[in-house]
Amino acid sequence: MQLSCNNVSHALAPLRRIALRVVFLACAFLPCGLAAPARAQGRAYFVAYDHHMEEPGALELSFNPALGVPKDGNKFLGAWMEFEYGATGWWTSEFYLDGQTTWNESTLFTGYRWENRFRPLLREHWINPVLYLEYEDVNEADKTIKDVVGFDSGRDLEPNDEARHEREREIELKLILSSNFKGWNLSENFIAAKNLAGEAWEFGYAVAVARPLTLAASAEDCTLCAENFRLGLELYGGLGDWHHFTLSETSHYLAPVVAWDLPSGVTLRFSPGFGLTSESHRALIRFGVSYEIAGFGPRLARMFR
Amino acid sequence: MRRTSPTCTLLATLAILCGLSAGQSDNSQPPSLDPALARAPAVAATWINPYAGQDNAARAGRKLFERHCAECHGQSGQGSERAPRLAKASVHNAPPGVLFWFVKNGALKEGMPAWSRLPDQRLWQIVTYLQTMTPEESAKTSP
Repeated sequence: MQLSCNNVSHALAPLRRIALRVVFLACAFLPCGLAAPARAQGRAYFVAYDHHMEEPGALELSFNPALGVPKDGNKFLGAWMEFEYGATGWWTSEFYLDGQTTWNESTLFTGYRWENRFRPLLREHWINPVLYLEYEDVNEADKTIKDVVGFDSGRDLEPNDEARHEREREIELKLILSSNFKGWNLSENFIAAKNLAGEAWEFGYAVAVARPLTLAASAEDCTLCAENFRLGLELYGGLGDWHHFTLSETSHYLAPVVAWDLPSGVTLRFSPGFGLTSESHRALIRFGVSYEIAGFGPRLARMFR
Repeated sequence: MRRTSPTCTLLATLAILCGLSAGQSDNSQPPSLDPALARAPAVAATWINPYAGQDNAARAGRKLFERHCAECHGQSGQGSERAPRLAKASVHNAPPGVLFWFVKNGALKEGMPAWSRLPDQRLWQIVTYLQTMTPEESAKTSP
């Protein structure tokens, strides 16, 4: 009986994978019928946050796969689907669905995250703080590596079959400090995360800088022109935990970023990241495609009036 | 010797940085301006638009306006239920620096986003375009 159940389970595995993808895509494109697209530009970074909030009522859809090349173990593709909504001018809320596929292992949905960013100062300053609060419910097989905290390591990765049974419910706090100067954006993120199972607070950081290739826009619409490209650099890693606030035995990554804002409203991003310490993965190659729908909230509300 | 916890050090540093960032002056404009624009500091009225009168900049500004602003303010600035009309005398005649400040800072409580994500040069191009909008034309298309 056990054998036959296993056989059925194996036979259904490809179907499950397809169903997962269909749900993922449906979640991604269902809202597209509700509103007209806008051509605002999202942030260039994958890991760090700046102080720019989503426009009120706008919904940004973003799909971000990350190809991981560990020093030992199987390659993996972690991905998150992001729904970013501008609740007000000073409050942005984001919901994430995470999944991953590991070479020679399996493909699985790993959990969800819900984050909120609040901008306490309503005007531009030299340094603009943003407060970030996140709740995540993922299993240990999650490989999106959206940020690095504590002693997160690329070593000794557990196989999916074992890791998927261990749930991690965490809250994460960030203080985001961001400045704009002569077209440059410089952002520093200080991260504190706590596993609600009673583990110690873990710390991490992300620092990023980015700039458009040209600052002024041209008079004509163009696709492959310098004004549509932004280049940046991200540095992020763990800082140990409450008991050992340290850089040693922690993972750190340096990742150039390029973002391309297409006239159609789609933003494409690419970032080859490189592990800097023995605990880091060898490489994390990230891709991102995002699309913003302006006025999504008001149009949705109108449908229910 | 008593050790300071890393969290305390972090929080203290952040509190200082937030305090520094909040400590800027906030002189308001004279009340003759549109109430929204009157929030700009007085010094903004002295800022000079580097693209003033440049046709190319106005065209670039129009492109940026259509990309970032038209969804709420309408294709020709006629306004909508979500955002006010821009093609009006109080915008046309406002000091360019005040418009620049307003577009850059937004009015987050009222739902106008801050466009500081765009470089200053592009904001000035938008301002250049805004000031080419004639109030008469807009009045014809206004809802």
